[in-house]
Amino acid sequence: MRVVSQPVRKKDALELVTGQPVYTQDIAPPDCLVVKILRSPHAHALITSIDTGAAAELPGIACVLTYKDVPNQRFTLAGQTFPEPSPYDRLILDQHLRFVGDAVAIVAGENEKTVERALKRIKVSYEVLEPLLDFRTAKDNQVLIHPEANWRSLCEVGADNKRNLCASNEEKAGDVDAVIAGCDWVVEQTYHTRANQQVTMETFRTWTCWEPSGKLTCVTSTQIPFHVRRILSNALALPEAQIRVVKPRIGGGFGAKQTAVTEIYPALVTIKTGKPALLVYSRRESLIAASSRHENEITVRLGANKHGVIRGIDMYTLSNTGAYGEHGPTTVGLTGHKSLPLYGKVEAFRFRYDVVYTNVLSAGAYRGYGATQGTFALESAVNELAQKMKMDPVKLRELNMVREGAVMPAYYGEKLNSCALDRCLAKAQEMIGWENKYPRVELENGKVRSVGVAMAMQGSSIANVDTAAVRITVNDQGCYALEIGATDMGTGCDTILAQIAAECLNCSVEQISVSGVDTDVSPYDSGSYASSTTYLTGTVVIRTCETLIDKIRTNGARYMGCPVDDVIFDGAGVHRTDGSEAMRLAELVQAGADLSALESYCSPVSPPPFAVGMAEIEIDKETGVVELIDFVAVIDCGTPINTNLVRVQAEGGIAQGIGMALYENVVYSEQGRNMSNSLLQYKIPTRLDVGKIRVAFESSYEPTGPFGAKSIGEVVINTPAPAIANAVCNGVQVQVRELPITAEKIYNGTKQ
Amino acid sequence: MNVDLWINDEKITKEIDGDAMLLDFLRDHGCLSVKRGCETSNCGLCTVIMDDKPVLSCSTLVARAAGKHIYTLEGLQAEAQAFGECLADQGAEQCGFCNPGLVLTVLAMVRELKHPSDAQINDYLSGNLCRCSGYMGQLRGIRDYLQKKGGEKK
Amino acid sequence: MRTINQFVRVKTLEEAYQLNQKRANVVLGGFMWLKLGNRAIQTAIDLSGLGLDGIAETAEAFQIGSMCTLRELEKHEGLNACFQGAIRTAVSHIVGVQFRNGATVGGSVFGRYGFSDVLTCLLALDCEVELYTRGLVPLREFVQMKPDNDILVRLRINKDGRRIAYQSQRQAKTDFPVIAVAVARKDDRLFVSVGARPMKAALIEKTVCFSGLQPAEAEIEKLANWAKQQFGYGSNMRASGAYRQHLAGVYIRRGIQEVFTNER
Repeated sequence: MRVVSQPVRKKDALELVTGQPVYTQDIAPPDCLVVKILRSPHAHALITSIDTGAAAELPGIACVLTYKDVPNQRFTLAGQTFPEPSPYDRLILDQHLRFVGDAVAIVAGENEKTVERALKRIKVSYEVLEPLLDFRTAKDNQVLIHPEANWRSLCEVGADNKRNLCASNEEKAGDVDAVIAGCDWVVEQTYHTRANQQVTMETFRTWTCWEPSGKLTCVTSTQIPFHVRRILSNALALPEAQIRVVKPRIGGGFGAKQTAVTEIYPALVTIKTGKPALLVYSRRESLIAASSRHENEITVRLGANKHGVIRGIDMYTLSNTGAYGEHGPTTVGLTGHKSLPLYGKVEAFRFRYDVVYTNVLSAGAYRGYGATQGTFALESAVNELAQKMKMDPVKLRELNMVREGAVMPAYYGEKLNSCALDRCLAKAQEMIGWENKYPRVELENGKVRSVGVAMAMQGSSIANVDTAAVRITVNDQGCYALEIGATDMGTGCDTILAQIAAECLNCSVEQISVSGVDTDVSPYDSGSYASSTTYLTGTVVIRTCETLIDKIRTNGARYMGCPVDDVIFDGAGVHRTDGSEAMRLAELVQAGADLSALESYCSPVSPPPFAVGMAEIEIDKETGVVELIDFVAVIDCGTPINTNLVRVQAEGGIAQGIGMALYENVVYSEQGRNMSNSLLQYKIPTRLDVGKIRVAFESSYEPTGPFGAKSIGEVVINTPAPAIANAVCNGVQVQVRELPITAEKIYNGTKQ
Repeated sequence: MNVDLWINDEKITKEIDGDAMLLDFLRDHGCLSVKRGCETSNCGLCTVIMDDKPVLSCSTLVARAAGKHIYTLEGLQAEAQAFGECLADQGAEQCGFCNPGLVLTVLAMVRELKHPSDAQINDYLSGNLCRCSGYMGQLRGIRDYLQKKGGEKK
Repeated sequence: MRTINQFVRVKTLEEAYQLNQKRANVVLGGFMWLKLGNRAIQTAIDLSGLGLDGIAETAEAFQIGSMCTLRELEKHEGLNACFQGAIRTAVSHIVGVQFRNGATVGGSVFGRYGFSDVLTCLLALDCEVELYTRGLVPLREFVQMKPDNDILVRLRINKDGRRIAYQSQRQAKTDFPVIAVAVARKDDRLFVSVGARPMKAALIEKTVCFSGLQPAEAEIEKLANWAKQQFGYGSNMRASGAYRQHLAGVYIRRGIQEVFTNER
């Protein structure tokens, strides 16, 4: 292929590397009011009185807003399509405060110093309520997080606010109890993952203003512009037609910005004051009051026959959604749906889950979206099975892994049309030198080197839910305008989609300009999440190109006065089969041809990408300190559309997975205050912490994907934690079941 | 109080508060490439070059920068593009938010270190966080840049 | 964010000292830590104009100005050649080059912070702080003193032929240490400084009597075990006290091994 599968430079590369002012705060009007939020010091409280007089009278303060100033209709901040599974449990400002950091008041003023002073002048009295901080005791606890009468669950997800349940369900196939009872080997363990933070380098920020036309414009760092428009409409009781959302360049997403974290506050200020307003979250606010991964405790019980064939898996996920239910009902499903199908010989499975409310930070979307937690649990359990059986965990996976062509009952009954998982496993082994290193090599200096393995899957868009639309128009220069609603968060999807279009249209990537996203003019797209952009929006690009090429040929036939069958589109324009006549694209447009096509699509399937990760570590047995020597990942994302970008996606996702495995922890005080509230405490990996990351690709060909592509965005974060945990166990016979894996946990494990 | 300083070779004289920070001062003077990523001096996004050394503009009082020469990416566009193209050829400039701080630190590094090894490069850049790229692509880009400039050690 | 009402670049130490007698006034180091506080600063006292930013080396000692940056400390060839690179090892974990280009020795030492690698390392050396009114005070004494309104002018590290080894453990490579240990030896005198306990560094000294030129592993182990128990440890977000004590023992032992071996 000419352009697809090439290492094409990102279209925005030069503007980014030369530091052009293209981000939300850079393009905010200079006269924006500065907006800040007063936050609850208590994990659970009611506001009994709030006096804003002294704050409001400070010169330069435009407004001070409390729960008395907002509509009393609940909504969700989660960016999801219809029907929204997340409960409508939020108000812009509530009298009932549900976590340390929950919004108490909004202040807007001329400058930061004045607004900070005003915040200090707001007098609040709280009735402190008993906080519910342990998610293991949340279900049916006397303390209710959402007792309010106007709490709503729009879909049947098993939610019940009187039981602190945000969602709950059970799925099964076959009789898993009977199957496991008949197994020779059984493993039953519980695994605990944390509420990791995405830590986008650009924190959350939004500015809003009224346009002269009477429209509320919202320019925001978001992955979900179209959902934000609806969310603002719900929250502000303003019709969607009166709201316009624009997404400029954003400094990272990873799912953090699949929730409308900041938009409602400056929007409300703009409505109340008529003035433009800018809210920029500090790093501290981004860590304590935004949207983290869901803390999960997952119990896995699995049974295998004496040869190691895994016959039954029983999984229970307890998910902590925190104070509000964004993404609670949806992330939990992936813990099972995007882990269980890895095992292709399972005769029976059961997957149960409860998602509970607690008085901590509201969780949301983070790359992997439940699959990461489920993979940690299931892969660890499988590795523990290997340990028990004294079997090589690679061989155990060779024996059990799902194969191309299989129908997957645990994956919505979909057929697996493309799967190179076996080749990924083989290649990873070769790259890391598994045979010579498994399980461990004792070194002379009291250290030991060991290796570990894990495999993972994800999806490609949400089947029957995610929708993308694309418009391509030929301009009078014969170049193309590609209009999308998908949001590039730095991943380069703009470039990837242009590559796909260029391949179809037989032109160069430079001839295709890609628009920004503006809900007033861009075609609809559910947003950049669920690994949907390459697979789904890419498919739509191909369909739009096909429709466009038809139009070009039809118009060419008309202007050249010949039958359409006689017209060939050659990239530069059209010509007759016998070459007797030709028209360039520019000529066609200038002659009056309307060369524009719009297509939309929603995929009925979500073909899984796969990854195998292997870690080599060195453990200091005296201290438990783990040094990462090498991390190898081999990925099947179908056809890679851009060979540079898939590699960087993989390396980036693995680095985040390493952070989750070894360094990133969220610690609450006994009163429910999040102490991991700065980069001083919440440690994402620096370049000294990731060791050596090596990535390779084994491509299957996905027939339903653009040029055979699947997704890559999320699967890449799923293997490091279980692979490293496995390496630790292979090294010193300690299975760490609670993340992060620290030296102290390893050392304590060796003492037992 | 009144201060004089040079921003990208332009002399600026301004009346400032005692606690004015260089980061905001630079942004207010049109250097929008300078970013804030944290409040605790951990991320390196705000790095600028002052008196030939990379410093954190978020922690530098403007009063302390009096009389000094400060460079941001706006004043080093040619060098930024030269190094930036090496990054771009790896696909390593993802969201771009950590880029200005990284580019300036790399430009400072090549003046300070001759023929750095991978370990030395990573040590020098340890204060520049990136969440998107996983750091490998950045190192490839840096290696490429050092080679193009001539004389890098393997 | 910390507010400052007035910024004064003093012309003399006396001026700095006088200003510093008011509680609301503060001497600025690199401003990294001070920046995080909440209390408003009335006058920020800047010592940048007093020429305290260098390291002077004589035959007897190193004189390190309080405004010398951690990066200068890290890069000083003489200082690191004299002390087996321990000072470089100690500071090179601290966040990054940019941070160390701003953070000052004075700020790091005056604060007597628990997490301080610098303090832990210097405490095991023959180091004195020069205070404006009190004059030279041994660091081991200074570490016990409560922060007051005196001005830290410079540090003096005496070249007494001491050999030193610095070890630390942290989770992420540029995080606060979980434990920091400096072991130094002058002839038969052993100095052990343990910091990040999480409390600030403390020092013990002991005359050691090994059975031969190369002490046996068992002897070193015994000594390290004894030494680790001379310190108190606590638990926090990063580690438990019990684990810290265990680590202290390991790193003290390794440090003793390093400073008592003859090859280098």
